[in-house]
Amino acid sequence: MKRLVVAYVCGVLFALGLGISGMTHPSKVLAFLDFTGDWDPSLALVMGSGVLVNLVFFRMARRRGAPRLAPSFSLPPRTMVDASLVGGAALFGVGWGLGGFCPGPAIVSVVTGATPVVVFVVSMLASMGAYDALEATAAVRRDGASVR
Amino acid sequence: MNHFTPVAATLGGLLLGIASSLLFVANGRILGISGIVGKIPLTTGSDRSWRLVFLAGLLTGGVALLGFDRSMLAFASEQTVPASIAAGLLVGFGTRLGNGCTSGHGLCGVARLSKRSIVATLVFMATGAVTVFVVRHVLHLGGGAS
Repeated sequence: MKRLVVAYVCGVLFALGLGISGMTHPSKVLAFLDFTGDWDPSLALVMGSGVLVNLVFFRMARRRGAPRLAPSFSLPPRTMVDASLVGGAALFGVGWGLGGFCPGPAIVSVVTGATPVVVFVVSMLASMGAYDALEATAAVRRDGASVR
Repeated sequence: MNHFTPVAATLGGLLLGIASSLLFVANGRILGISGIVGKIPLTTGSDRSWRLVFLAGLLTGGVALLGFDRSMLAFASEQTVPASIAAGLLVGFGTRLGNGCTSGHGLCGVARLSKRSIVATLVFMATGAVTVFVVRHVLHLGGGAS
């Protein structure tokens, strides 16, 4: 139960952080990515201050050995840079540069009900689902038997 | 709107850090939006419920921002529907294939000094910048949304 409260609070705080920092505005994100235009460095400060906080607390948490409310940390299993990582990040960047939206700000902005935002989020979720479906069939083919 | 806003950017960034640190310190989870939300259909039980609750928190925050000041959220009225669809498809597929987005790789992974996340962040920043360059300065199309 406590873990759910924490998850909820984190969701709220994260949305507020995105709104306060201006990252819910695609125009601000695009202005950061537009290095040869009227460049707006705000996004770098958002990332920088966020990473700084995380550097301190993630290190403290790891030193403690375990999270407060869970038996262990859930970390991504892969540690090697591979083609999926680079290809996926590259595709994501192109989409980010096209719309100025990454997943967080888009989901938060969906409450506006504005058509372009809703269309973006629906396409994004559909595309995630398509990836998972492809991945599931590929896994079945790879292993010869059913995986899930 | 497109002027440098150092105070708001820093305060907002600190809040993003506090939220992602809290989720890690308390629950041991990486705050990555694409993974948390994208894996809702793949999970069950308590692994699904915290994701749904987190999503509810994001939307609550969105409603709060909207109530406080409507201009804090984008209505993105200048973005065309075809562009939104293309961007959504690329972001959805790319973040699942690359296992993360600006939050999981950019804010958390970089702070964990994960090699994968540092590479991913450099790559999506680079392709994002190239895309904006092509759209704005080669094709001379409008600069996107609100």
